[in-house]
Amino acid sequence: MKLVVAFTAGALFSLGLAVSGMTRPGKVLAFLDLAGAWDPSLAFVMIGAIGVQFWAWRLVPSLPRPWAAERFHLPARNDLDARLLTGATLFGIGWGLGGYCPGPAIASLGAATADSVVFGTFLLAGMGLWRLVEALGWARA
Amino acid sequence: MAEAFTPLASTAGGMLIGAASALLLLGKGRVAGISGIVGGLFRPTSDDVAWRVTFVAGLLTSGLLLAQVDGALFVSSVERSPTTLAVAGLLVGFGTRMGQGCTSGHGVCGISRFSARSLAATLTFMAAGFVTVFITRHILEAAA
Repeated sequence: MKLVVAFTAGALFSLGLAVSGMTRPGKVLAFLDLAGAWDPSLAFVMIGAIGVQFWAWRLVPSLPRPWAAERFHLPARNDLDARLLTGATLFGIGWGLGGYCPGPAIASLGAATADSVVFGTFLLAGMGLWRLVEALGWARA
Repeated sequence: MAEAFTPLASTAGGMLIGAASALLLLGKGRVAGISGIVGGLFRPTSDDVAWRVTFVAGLLTSGLLLAQVDGALFVSSVERSPTTLAVAGLLVGFGTRMGQGCTSGHGVCGISRFSARSLAATLTFMAAGFVTVFITRHILEAAA
């Protein structure tokens, strides 16, 4: 039962990505191309997703615990630091080059497109590289 | 390459993403940040691997099935060389772990709870994406 929730959430997430157009990198890049033939569609993805998730957050305080888990694991920090902004910058550059962010990349890996196999392999390598940086003690906070 | 403006499909898809995130939050008590869910597998703890693997299995299975229904859902109108895709993948993997979130964790889950960190991260990665596409399309390609 507990794992059915996680599986269903993952499957529904991919469906949303595909319906919204996020799994088509050309569309993502057209959203990021303000000076070209700009396609604002992806702003509507954010509006739709935030509009639903906002209400989920409102329900959290009224629940003693999640339906299928012991407790909530929620982010506590609210400060800004160089690590956050540097990481976000590197991510944005990669997003602008490839047209994939992590969710669509993994959904596309399920579809086994050639682009996503290359991108996905190096996505995991990049995550592993960060893990190495942490293990070597070079990462702060 | 011009892409069709799809406000209705994109809003509907966004609402499905929101529903999936809501299910993971209310059902499992977890934030649906894809980079965090996948990246956490590089640092596994025994009680936490199963739901992460299962969620990723859901993402992959759904992608596989949807590709059978309509392969066009996963096709890019823009070519990127394998080298570009590799560099892009490395930057996205490293950057999302360093910045502790991506489009889903910071962009959707964080902003919808009014997190200042997530708002700052989202504005930063979107700005970096806008600048990157401007440079590659309007400076480098125009010069080539």
